[in-house]
Amino acid sequence: MPDETKSQSTPPPDGEPKPTADQPETPDGVKSTPSGSVQSETKTTPNKPSPPSETEGPPKAAAPGAPKPAAPAAKPAATAAAGHPAPPKPTGPAPTPWDSPLVAKYKRQYGSGITALTHLGQNYFEVDRSLIPEILQLLRNDEQFDYCVDITAVHYPKREKPFDVVWILYSFARNERIRVKTQIADGEALGSSVPLWATANWLEREVYDMFGIKFDGHPDLKRILLPEGWKGHPLRKDYHILQQDNEWVQINLGIESGQ
Amino acid sequence: MTDPRTLAPPSLETHVAAHDETFLDSNELVINMGPQHPATHGVLRVILRLDGEKVLGLECVIGYLHRGVEKIAENRTYTMFNPYVDRMDYVAAVSNGLGYCEAVEKLLSVEAPPRAQYIRVILTELNRIASHQLWLGTHALDIGAITPLFYTFRDREEILKIFEKYCGARLTTHAFRIGGLQYEAYDGFEADVKNFVKFVKPKIDEYEELLTTNRIWLERTKGVGVISGKDCIALGVTGPVLRASGVKWDLRKAQPYANYKNFNFEIPTGENGDTYDRYIVRMIEMRQALRIIEQAVEGIPEGPIMAKVPKVMKPPVGEIYHSIEAPKGELGYFIVSDGSTQPYRVRVRPPSFVNLQALDLMCRGQLVADVIAVIGTLDIVLGEVDR
Repeated sequence: MPDETKSQSTPPPDGEPKPTADQPETPDGVKSTPSGSVQSETKTTPNKPSPPSETEGPPKAAAPGAPKPAAPAAKPAATAAAGHPAPPKPTGPAPTPWDSPLVAKYKRQYGSGITALTHLGQNYFEVDRSLIPEILQLLRNDEQFDYCVDITAVHYPKREKPFDVVWILYSFARNERIRVKTQIADGEALGSSVPLWATANWLEREVYDMFGIKFDGHPDLKRILLPEGWKGHPLRKDYHILQQDNEWVQINLGIESGQ
Repeated sequence: MTDPRTLAPPSLETHVAAHDETFLDSNELVINMGPQHPATHGVLRVILRLDGEKVLGLECVIGYLHRGVEKIAENRTYTMFNPYVDRMDYVAAVSNGLGYCEAVEKLLSVEAPPRAQYIRVILTELNRIASHQLWLGTHALDIGAITPLFYTFRDREEILKIFEKYCGARLTTHAFRIGGLQYEAYDGFEADVKNFVKFVKPKIDEYEELLTTNRIWLERTKGVGVISGKDCIALGVTGPVLRASGVKWDLRKAQPYANYKNFNFEIPTGENGDTYDRYIVRMIEMRQALRIIEQAVEGIPEGPIMAKVPKVMKPPVGEIYHSIEAPKGELGYFIVSDGSTQPYRVRVRPPSFVNLQALDLMCRGQLVADVIAVIGTLDIVLGEVDR
């Protein structure tokens, strides 16, 4: 059941999810909105253009007479004709450029291959895939990011390069945490970071297990949480839980699954 | 054969090099431990390579308890996913909930009101004590001391009673909500907490009387499962294990969350990085947790317990990584929002999973019986390892 609701409410995740910066609604604005009214509005009129407080990108059907309860049948048709109208996205603080001596140094060295941003008080680099081994090594050896907190990935199936791979790093000496992100295409491999951080061993295995992203030079790249004969990589967005379940029930119990 | 206890602690360099060794050796024996083994604390399977009684290396096989928590999260709303996090580290459910709620709150740019923060800290620290008590009882049982189990479970019961009175559940508490708390502290909550602190202080002394200078305990824990601070950092090991190896690092101090910066407490550290030091560190942590509770319960402010959050939660597009100091180490949540009611991706950075990776290094050169001690001292929960 939640699957269906998801497909409706999820905006097409193609491209980097970037909130439009033209209306930087402060968190206070969000808070001061009476929650009940937001709820009722979104509930009862899902096809109406955004509530007045969130007028970023109103669909073409946003006639001036929107509050009028006129021709409810025509509305869905109009919105359907206009393609997918952007669902009312809550706007939050947008990522802003991140400035620090570290960033300036890397910018000089690598130019456009590296973008430094800060969002919700957290700093991250968006790095071109080809620069990843070098950047990680520099961060580890020269900038004392000696603790690799986590390695993970995010799948955006509609994007040209559908995977974001994320390294979360921490430096004990600086008491600072940063993220390094890169985009890769399906089937592309990345260099393993096991020589830099021993902890990457299991973390990369989990990324491989869940997303099918390969890491060159990993000492033992195999599935970690799922059994070896498992088909597919579950955290990809196109992996359907029910299909897997039906198949298992059919093979092992010989009946139709009740799901 | 040389006594493995006299061997120098293994270093990461030799550990990495050892992976290239040939697997076959005329003296070598490969045995399988678990997954159904009482001392593996769940369903952990360990494949041991042995030379007689000495461990040459081991491999962990995990995933028997994998439920796809991260996939479930993508199909639930932010609120609906909240109870699921309790089921990862099910002996420290309150900590899991705190990490998740704070992460979503950061994404929503809201903050829980002060009163909620105080109650959160009290419950989380109570849970830390409960988690350490359960660890102590089972760990001591594994290596031959049965009595502490009864002591610790008896006293842990008092904490669970407080949880039950507060929110109706003992283990998977679902105590917190995004934005604060659902329940106001019940009448007599403060008195209950104060009584508990008074009750448990001498009990911790009792545990120590049983073990700290006990000769058998010393024999089984001193010099067992040694790991250096450097190797801990390389392997990403956090929590009491890292501190027992001499690295003074605790997220509650390093990057304070909730309102931990308002409380005075110390970070205990060890020197040798062995099983005994980890025991001492956790014992001190229990006392420090009591200190925090004492301060917090005196200062609970009046006021609301929920911040203003929308009923239908749609965090703005963005991503957040937020981590807390769970009883086992750094518990992090990496949440990606696409602006809809459901998270686009939730990644859990589980301390048990990452810490378990150090088992191989810590067991090399030890005896088979010490493997049990090291699994116990790592304090893993398989629900969190496998997720």
